[in-house]
Amino acid sequence: MRIAKSISSAALAAALALGAASAQAEGVKVGMITTLSGGGAGLGIDVRDGFMLAIKQAGDADIEVIIEDDQRKPDVAVQLADKMIQSDKVDVLTGIIWSNLAMAVVPSAVAQGKFYLSPNAGPSALAGKGCNPNYFNVAWQNDNLHEAAGAYANDAGYANSFILAPNYPAGKDALTGYKRFFKGELAGEVYTKLGQTDYAAELAQIRASGADSVFFFLPGGMGISFMKQYADSGIDLPVLGAAFSFDQGILQAVGDAALGAKNTSQWSKDIDNPANKAFVESFQAEYGRLPSLYASQGFDTANLLLSAMAKADISDADAFRAALKAADFDSVRGDFAFAPNNHPIQDIYVREVIKEGDVITNKIVGVALEDRSNAYVDECKM
Amino acid sequence: MSSLLLFEQVLNGLQLGVMLFLMAAGLTLIFGVMGLINLAHGSLYMVGAFAAAAVAAATGSFLLALAASLAAAAAAGAVIELGVIRRLYDRDHLDQVLATFALILIFSEGTRWIFGSFPLFLDVPDYLSGPVTLPGGIQYPLYRLVIILAGLVVAAGLFLLIGRTRIGIQIRAGEADREMIAALGIDITRLYTLVFALGAALAGLAGALVGAIQSVQVGMGEPVLILAFVVIVIGGIGSVKGAFIGALLVGLTDTLGRSFLPGLFGLFMEPAAATTVGSALASMAIYILMAGVLLFRPRGLFGVA
Repeated sequence: MRIAKSISSAALAAALALGAASAQAEGVKVGMITTLSGGGAGLGIDVRDGFMLAIKQAGDADIEVIIEDDQRKPDVAVQLADKMIQSDKVDVLTGIIWSNLAMAVVPSAVAQGKFYLSPNAGPSALAGKGCNPNYFNVAWQNDNLHEAAGAYANDAGYANSFILAPNYPAGKDALTGYKRFFKGELAGEVYTKLGQTDYAAELAQIRASGADSVFFFLPGGMGISFMKQYADSGIDLPVLGAAFSFDQGILQAVGDAALGAKNTSQWSKDIDNPANKAFVESFQAEYGRLPSLYASQGFDTANLLLSAMAKADISDADAFRAALKAADFDSVRGDFAFAPNNHPIQDIYVREVIKEGDVITNKIVGVALEDRSNAYVDECKM
Repeated sequence: MSSLLLFEQVLNGLQLGVMLFLMAAGLTLIFGVMGLINLAHGSLYMVGAFAAAAVAAATGSFLLALAASLAAAAAAGAVIELGVIRRLYDRDHLDQVLATFALILIFSEGTRWIFGSFPLFLDVPDYLSGPVTLPGGIQYPLYRLVIILAGLVVAAGLFLLIGRTRIGIQIRAGEADREMIAALGIDITRLYTLVFALGAALAGLAGALVGAIQSVQVGMGEPVLILAFVVIVIGGIGSVKGAFIGALLVGLTDTLGRSFLPGLFGLFMEPAAATTVGSALASMAIYILMAGVLLFRPRGLFGVA
């Protein structure tokens, strides 16, 4: 909140000092709705910090960012979006972490002619039939990283996976994504309670199932609990999952239990390109911690927006839309382009959890899917 | 194989049960003695876990961490009893719910303010980590066995405290007739603070024990709080014995439901549908149990009529 406050107060001071003269037509007003309190706050804070780092580096006075906390509640997010659109008159909305909140906010925001740039959530409904020319996803379609895990499992020679995810839409998308690419058999498919923290019963089932590998999607605290209990159970099957359970923000809490686990991500801090090197260094210098994939997504989202601002005026919506679609910016993940439904086409890597000195982090060990688009392109008519 | 799996799942259910008992015991004592609904009990669980994680990170000792969790949660409990809760005994339950809900928000944001938004690290100590082989060839995590043991020891201690000591007599008397024991010259306010701190310490211990195998993060207490309420409703509000039996019932129902219901439905349904129906029903199992108990014993298994 401190950074948000100082930025909005700095913006306020600037507006007061310069008066109406600086409020020219080309200024862009951004409304960021993200999760800054409660159990999921780490993700929103990373997105915000990544986004604001890019804005700060650009030093662009024509952009104003209003940041609000959605408390991970769809009703709060909807209220904030209404307030930002109607009284703050924002041009662009961004920031939402969770798919259910995105589903509550995005369709009505884009219907009112606002742009929405998603730094995280990519529900299939917004990629397929519900796609919209003003909605751009800068992270991934929800299924992507899980599809990559399925593809990697084939490469690694796994033939019999035990898969589990929480019993809610994104959990079902995850297992669907894995099964779309995985060619082997399933030793078991389990849906756990959302927010469950004890996995003793599932671990006993895994042990008894005769599987040769375990795939799971348990974001946040659920994943921390699962990995610790998995390591303690003495089961020594290889584990793989999407990056969400092996993210920089939670690896320290999992500890050595995560070492060696394979996970799939469109970004890693060791992707070798100048933009990424500069990002990782400057993020550490600014905030005193390693960036996570969420931070990288926030950073890319801001840079995409800045690239479009350099090319077109926000008051000309068609030109601005075309400038966004061109994706003419240096993504920290390397090559980046938009598919026809405004979702990324990008490489998805396999990472391994390693220890660098005292810090537990990820290292790229291969590419799972090259130039992966998404499964919903054909359903999108726009 | 299947009987071994069943045995392992029963152990898992017991472990969940004794953990729930540590939470529910404090909750039911506080309700029984003071007539107070304390929603902030989950926050005390969180305080215990964070204190343990902080001390473990600083000293590296798990035993010190456990001691710290007891001390920190008891202290936090005593402070909120003196500062807030004391003013609520004579108010109706709605006021109590509102005030203790406010305490949840204060504790959550306060903890975030001190420790940050990212989960903390607390691990099982080396000498308790890894599996042991039980008779019959079951590989079972040693730490979970230790949790079961620790929970049973605490339960036995609590029964002795309440059944055999002077403080226990006062607590039981306080449950039965508050005015009378005050009239007999017992310092009732001190007794209240003591009971509250005791309940808080048990919650803090549960938080630290469980924190080692789960995630130490803001908001970790609330899901457990809901389960603890289910436990005391099943067991009978105010009854420690009821809390013990209720906790074991809930632990076993939840664990066995999660592991066997989907398979059971698989016997006569499509696998995909069985998974969906089974998982859904497993999430509901403990609430169905609660509804069933209340149907036949409206005051819970050991509630006083």
